[in-house]
Amino acid sequence: MWAVETIGLTKDYSAGFWRKRPLRALDGLSLRVEKGGIFGLLGPNGAGKTTTLKILLRLVFPTAGSAQLLGRDIRDISVHRLIGYLPENPYFYDHLTAPEFLNYMAEIFGMGRDARCRRVGTLLERVGLASFQKLPLRKFSKGMTQRAGIAQALINDPELIFLDEPMSGLDPLGRREVRDLILGLREEGKTIFFSTHILGDAETLCDRVAILHRGRLEGLGGMQEILSREVSSAEIVLEHPSPELVELAKSLASSVVRTGERVRMVIPEAAQPERVLAQFLERGAKVVSFNEVRNSLEDYFMERVGSPARAPDVRSAHPPAGGENP
Amino acid sequence: MNSISRVATIAVHSFKESVREKVLYNLVGFALLLIAAAILFGSISVGIQKTILINLGLSSISVFGLLMAIFIGVGLVAKEIERRTLYNILSKPVARAEFIVGKYLGLLVTLVINTAIMALGFYAALYYVTRQFVRADAIALEAIYLILLQFAIVVGVAIFFSCISTPVLSAVFTFCVYVIGNYLADIRWFGRENGSVLMEKLTHALYFLLPNFANFQATSLAAHGMRIPGYLLVSDSLYALLYVTVLVSAAVLAFEEREFK
Repeated sequence: MWAVETIGLTKDYSAGFWRKRPLRALDGLSLRVEKGGIFGLLGPNGAGKTTTLKILLRLVFPTAGSAQLLGRDIRDISVHRLIGYLPENPYFYDHLTAPEFLNYMAEIFGMGRDARCRRVGTLLERVGLASFQKLPLRKFSKGMTQRAGIAQALINDPELIFLDEPMSGLDPLGRREVRDLILGLREEGKTIFFSTHILGDAETLCDRVAILHRGRLEGLGGMQEILSREVSSAEIVLEHPSPELVELAKSLASSVVRTGERVRMVIPEAAQPERVLAQFLERGAKVVSFNEVRNSLEDYFMERVGSPARAPDVRSAHPPAGGENP
Repeated sequence: MNSISRVATIAVHSFKESVREKVLYNLVGFALLLIAAAILFGSISVGIQKTILINLGLSSISVFGLLMAIFIGVGLVAKEIERRTLYNILSKPVARAEFIVGKYLGLLVTLVINTAIMALGFYAALYYVTRQFVRADAIALEAIYLILLQFAIVVGVAIFFSCISTPVLSAVFTFCVYVIGNYLADIRWFGRENGSVLMEKLTHALYFLLPNFANFQATSLAAHGMRIPGYLLVSDSLYALLYVTVLVSAAVLAFEEREFK
């Protein structure tokens, strides 16, 4: 049984005031997410990440295709007992305090008074809001609101947690806290499905990622596979190099940067970095470091998506032929 | 947890949410002020002081209650959509129908409590003027019950429109339905006398489609101490129940199809 399974999930919105025309936000998305671990749905703005999550949560309905959560069709809302959801830029009832809000959410799940009190207390402690119990939600900072949102997503101790851009708009400290929370959930055996356009977060957190671009699945794979792909280049740093060595570096490296007494150069894989290193050592160069540079998630992302700046947010329901999914 | 408990939870939350609306207190305050003013109007009306007080008092309850029903009714669902607080609820095991019914009941309870407060103010004014309560004064309670039935329908109309339209348009539509619903008999008469077949059919359709709020007008009877017939109370209750059921069902159907982009 898969935690999340989508088959040919497609969503068309209509745009225009007088003459409605369809706009395809999601185009035949088929993917399977195993139970346990952190799955990242990556893509530039307008790629269809939020639409995917909203379809899975039944906030919008697919134009075509089907999806299952924990082996149950998404139309069966009883599966919502087992899932948690943090919307993008969450907003809550601003007149309530965090304990009141969480208590309301817990009541919906039919928890008894004692169980509610315990759960709300534990969650407030866990997300670091225990000392703000009397503060109304309207006075919460962005980071505090996000943490309250995570707490409500966890109120039912869900098996599967959807987080839509959980780190967007947070300061570095807030991001770190949310990241630690997500890692903690993985340790508990939960499945976390989160969408983000911040590649650094995905690289730090995810076990597997899918890349969406203009509504299409452009890449899918384990983070280990992606990061341990071939070495693309090597970086050599020399200290106090002679003018002759600098000239040699310029002739072999794709880039040479001098920083104070040091010269940093990038040797492409084609130029055989080990041989270049040997040449420098033969000439008596003082080599400070030699590091292989492997492809990062960013390289993988750019390879699949290209320049996000060139991509329109949505595209026509009738895309040109030949654009097959990988 | 069963469906009824979830509806009750949402209703209680909606009630708590709506009682925090400042506009509610302003409207109750104005209503009480107007009831108090009725004492003054009554004092300059020789012999009909009590009649004036009952007339103006019940009219105040009706008008201000109606304003509450419209303003809070159209906002309750629309605000949840606009602020996206709805996402938190619908991602829980809550059916959309449960959400709408819960919201409806929450607002109804708010209106019942506010009407009760206005009724207390009205009876306090009545006691101030007459220095006693007589059996006939209970007739006003029956009139207030009929006013509440009107509110129940108006809230249904407001919730229905708020599921398919924006808050401002919903308020306008609801107000129009209320106004037209008060003059349905006249509109049908106009259609008949107009001579146009199309107009006659149109007014005839309106007559049967829209709730006839004139059926609930008992203020004059209460003001003149005339009993409201029992059959009217029963038939109006059934009539309101039917309309509320249809309106809430229509709201649920519209809401089931609605997407939250």
